[in-house]
Amino acid sequence: MSESPFSTRRFVIIFSICWLVLMVDHALLLYWIDVSLKSAIYDSIISNTILLGACLLIMNTIRYYLPGREQYMNLIIMCLVLTGFWLALDRWLLGILVDDSYEYEAFLNKSMVIRFSIGILVVGIVTMLAINWHSWHEQKENESRKSDAEKMAREAELYKLRQQLQPHFLFNSLNSINALIVSRPVEARKMVQQLSDFLRGTLKKEETQWVSLQEEFQYLQLYLDIEKVRFGNRLSTQVEIEEATTTVKLPALLLQPVVENAIKFGLYDTVGETVIGIKTSIDNNELVVEVTNPFDPETAAPQKGTGFGLKSVQRRLYLLFGRADLLQTSAQGELFITKVRVPQPVAHPVEKDQAINKNEMTSQTN
Amino acid sequence: MSKVIIIDDEPLARSIVKEYLQTHPELELLAECGDGFEGVKAIQQFQPDLIFLDIQMPKINGFEMLELLEKPPSVIFTTAFDEYAIRAFESHAVDYLLKPFNQERFDRAVNKWMESPRNGESDTKELLETAAQSPAQNNRIVVKNGSKIKIIPVHDIFYLEAADDYVKIHTAEGYFLKNKTMSYFEQLLDAAHFVRSHRSYILNVQQITRIDPYEKDSHVAVLRTGARIPVSRGGYGKLKQVLGL
Repeated sequence: MSESPFSTRRFVIIFSICWLVLMVDHALLLYWIDVSLKSAIYDSIISNTILLGACLLIMNTIRYYLPGREQYMNLIIMCLVLTGFWLALDRWLLGILVDDSYEYEAFLNKSMVIRFSIGILVVGIVTMLAINWHSWHEQKENESRKSDAEKMAREAELYKLRQQLQPHFLFNSLNSINALIVSRPVEARKMVQQLSDFLRGTLKKEETQWVSLQEEFQYLQLYLDIEKVRFGNRLSTQVEIEEATTTVKLPALLLQPVVENAIKFGLYDTVGETVIGIKTSIDNNELVVEVTNPFDPETAAPQKGTGFGLKSVQRRLYLLFGRADLLQTSAQGELFITKVRVPQPVAHPVEKDQAINKNEMTSQTN
Repeated sequence: MSKVIIIDDEPLARSIVKEYLQTHPELELLAECGDGFEGVKAIQQFQPDLIFLDIQMPKINGFEMLELLEKPPSVIFTTAFDEYAIRAFESHAVDYLLKPFNQERFDRAVNKWMESPRNGESDTKELLETAAQSPAQNNRIVVKNGSKIKIIPVHDIFYLEAADDYVKIHTAEGYFLKNKTMSYFEQLLDAAHFVRSHRSYILNVQQITRIDPYEKDSHVAVLRTGARIPVSRGGYGKLKQVLGL
């Protein structure tokens, strides 16, 4: 529903002038065909006031219920019926109110066809104007909605790019490489390789793509290796992957921001060694990834708990599965736990026989 | 011979500064620190003339560390990413180096300091006033309690009280002193939660249980702890506005 044209001052003025002209014209015409001045004025006022009511009724109907192209026939019928009603009411009122002389009665009966023609003309024009007004407004609204949606999409895109680039991580990594080049060139070269592979992975993968947990962890490992070079002995990881989960699929690049958040939280909220724990399991046909980091419950700012990175993960999970409970954080003493659940399609049974193999991806690195 | 300290949480970032320093025999490297706590200790111990300081560090960031110093030395910031709008501090810090930087850029920063050795103390004070206006800074206050460093989340503050050159920060654990002015805190703290009720008092409005009239033209605010805080006439107006009365 768009706003009524009567909310525009200019429209009200023009509409009133038109109606005034119609009334004056009506009265003058009758006077010219020999109706007494008094009768002509009364006739004009009564006829046109009822007609105005009919027009307002139709404008209001169109405001709330804009007819589509295929409903124009109904609309014409509606105009005809409404004009008919108007005329009947008009005839009855004029008959009892204006002048009961025989001449006027005869004139009334004779003028019915012309009255109907003029009435249908006025009602038709008003209807057309109202339809034009409201469809124009609807179109304008659609356009602004569309441009809003486009703006939001652009902003999301920019945000995604920014997330991918992670300037802080990138520049600090480059700085570490810069330091390694002279003292430990072999390590520098290795880190360049890791950083390149990591960035390529970020650029290549579509966020809509699903990958196996194993693939996601290969990518995650690159990230962890780079961070370990940066922070040296302060950072270590403890990764436990249940064998049965390695082939399970999850949205690409889902875990990296979670781990990144844990690392930042752990490293910047405590001094000394930071152990990041990553554990996977399957529960109720859902992949569960638990990431833990140490923190200081006394000083950790409350909003840090669900930091910037986690918000985007939560948003993504919500968009994918329509559930807001898939990312949960909790604190256990000095350990902060982030739990991510990824529902698995029902038609994807977990292959049990693989679980017999020695759990080769379980690793404890330092 | 000038004394220098490096403070950065990444070991390789420290080593690159150390490497670049080798071409400056006039600068003597006395210590390398991995966080702000070590930084404070080393600065008190060695009284350096110049420090190379990272901003994002564990527990307390570079600005917060500087705030704890009574006599801050000259500072050259070394940081990876311009999220602290560090250019705003350009006039107060000696220089800032965006990582990764090369020897030439490093030399330029050092030479700039050597040519016009600044008064580290006053420059760094001004720098901190500027830094306090960045939103990253205003959700906690770092204080020194004896040799211990204490981080106070702002919502734990009951009220602030002026005490000569210091401000007393009252919390559930007693009060802490900070060498700052009341107007500094008035500017730093979120005006929706902290109101300067009196020339010498700033209140956390969430702590107020009631406000009683007191003598003519003045009031007294009673906090949950039972503390009675003077409220001047102007302060009463501000309180009413914040509380929506």
